Amino acid sequence: MIEFKLPSLGADMDEGKLLEWKVKPGDKVKRGDVVAVVDTSKAAVDVEIWDEGTLHEWIVNPGETVPIGTVLALLLAPGEAPETAVRPKLAPVRPAAAARPAAAAPAAGASAAAPSARRRISPAARKRADELGVNLDALEGTGPGGAVTLEDVEKVARLPSAAEKVPDKIPDRNLEMRRAIAAAMSRSKREIPHYYLSETISLQRAAEWLEAENARRPLPERLLMAVLYLKATALACKSFPDMNGHYRDGGFAPAAAVHAGVAISLRQGGLIAPAIHDMDKLTLTEAMKKLADLVKRARAGSLRSSEMSDPTITVTNLGEGGVESVFAIIYPPQVAIVGFGTTLARPWVIDGEVRAVPTVVASLAADHRASDGHRGALFLAALARLLQEPEKLR
Amino acid sequence: MSALTREQIRGAILDTLCAIAPETDPAGIAPGAPLREQIDLDSMDFLNVIIRLHETLGIDIPESDYARLATLDSAVDYLARRSEAGYAGGA
Repeated sequence: MIEFKLPSLGADMDEGKLLEWKVKPGDKVKRGDVVAVVDTSKAAVDVEIWDEGTLHEWIVNPGETVPIGTVLALLLAPGEAPETAVRPKLAPVRPAAAARPAAAAPAAGASAAAPSARRRISPAARKRADELGVNLDALEGTGPGGAVTLEDVEKVARLPSAAEKVPDKIPDRNLEMRRAIAAAMSRSKREIPHYYLSETISLQRAAEWLEAENARRPLPERLLMAVLYLKATALACKSFPDMNGHYRDGGFAPAAAVHAGVAISLRQGGLIAPAIHDMDKLTLTEAMKKLADLVKRARAGSLRSSEMSDPTITVTNLGEGGVESVFAIIYPPQVAIVGFGTTLARPWVIDGEVRAVPTVVASLAADHRASDGHRGALFLAALARLLQEPEKLR
Repeated sequence: MSALTREQIRGAILDTLCAIAPETDPAGIAPGAPLREQIDLDSMDFLNVIIRLHETLGIDIPESDYARLATLDSAVDYLARRSEAGYAGGA
């Protein structure tokens, strides 16, 4: 039998809540099928499967929160029969830390300390609680010996009910996302010896080329400079494999493909950096479609697990916010992140004359365990060169 | 059919901004100030605004004219002119 486990959905995730199964026992699945929806602190993610087979048994049910690596379901491999297949021994499903109780509760005092003990509740209070639908277990009594009085019940009933408090979920999500980002970035700053380089690059040719190209493209097919950045970065990675891959288990493993993570800021706060797969092989038109789709889905909270788990390098375009340059923090286990500032006209010397030229400051933050500053400098120089020949980026 | 009125155009712009940036308060937009200083729109958002206006109003907007859509007032002016020109030229 095949074990289908909860995959890692990025460095900032260590558990996930199963929201929904997209397949049921008996359904056939193939590589790349979306089989479940899992909620992380950042987004609901469509989880894909990378095995072929038939779903045999659900192990985790919707609503359960489990750590990554937990077996979610069992599958029969092609040719396996349910009668003869050997069912692996599974560790009992360990609920994740998310099931942690509200830590503040025990501080409420002796009356709340032993909820199983018989509570003192006045008959009037009990009757009124029934009428109002107040949960007496959750109530703290103010009467003699912590007894729950009629007044306690009515006071609670006047508070906004739990149902009305549902919008609280949004701030909670923000809090969770902030925590997830904090954990990943703290890990990065703790473990990764970053070095930082920057280079001001003329965009004269790229901007002229883009203008001419967009003038002849119908509106929905127009390109953004961001797509040129992505393609140039991906092509530079092909020549500098030490920028593209993962540092795991004490060693750097270059990646065969270039899956460019794109840092996308979310409107409600926070950010997410899913991947555009095989960025180096895409035409600019294809890449533009993928980028538009990715941004839309990231903001709608509908990303795929492979997009979350396998970027090999990340690109951040914080220049959108108007800043000149950005020195970014590497997303572990990646080893490099490229940042682009805003496009700005700067004085530039061409053939001995000073001219105003659109420019961008490109930066590289890279992992010293995987490469040295010298390599990083060559990488940025290659990136700058690629942006001087925009027609070749197509 | 005739050219679109300024009110129709203004309404379409505000609807579009609210669709792309849901936190937008249409009543709070200063009509003469740059939209991108008032609403958090990156270049992808801005392109989506233009695409959507093109779809709903049927007006083509060349990239070289993007700057004319910088404020609500200038966008209404520009699109109203394009709409009139379209009907005058297409008749």
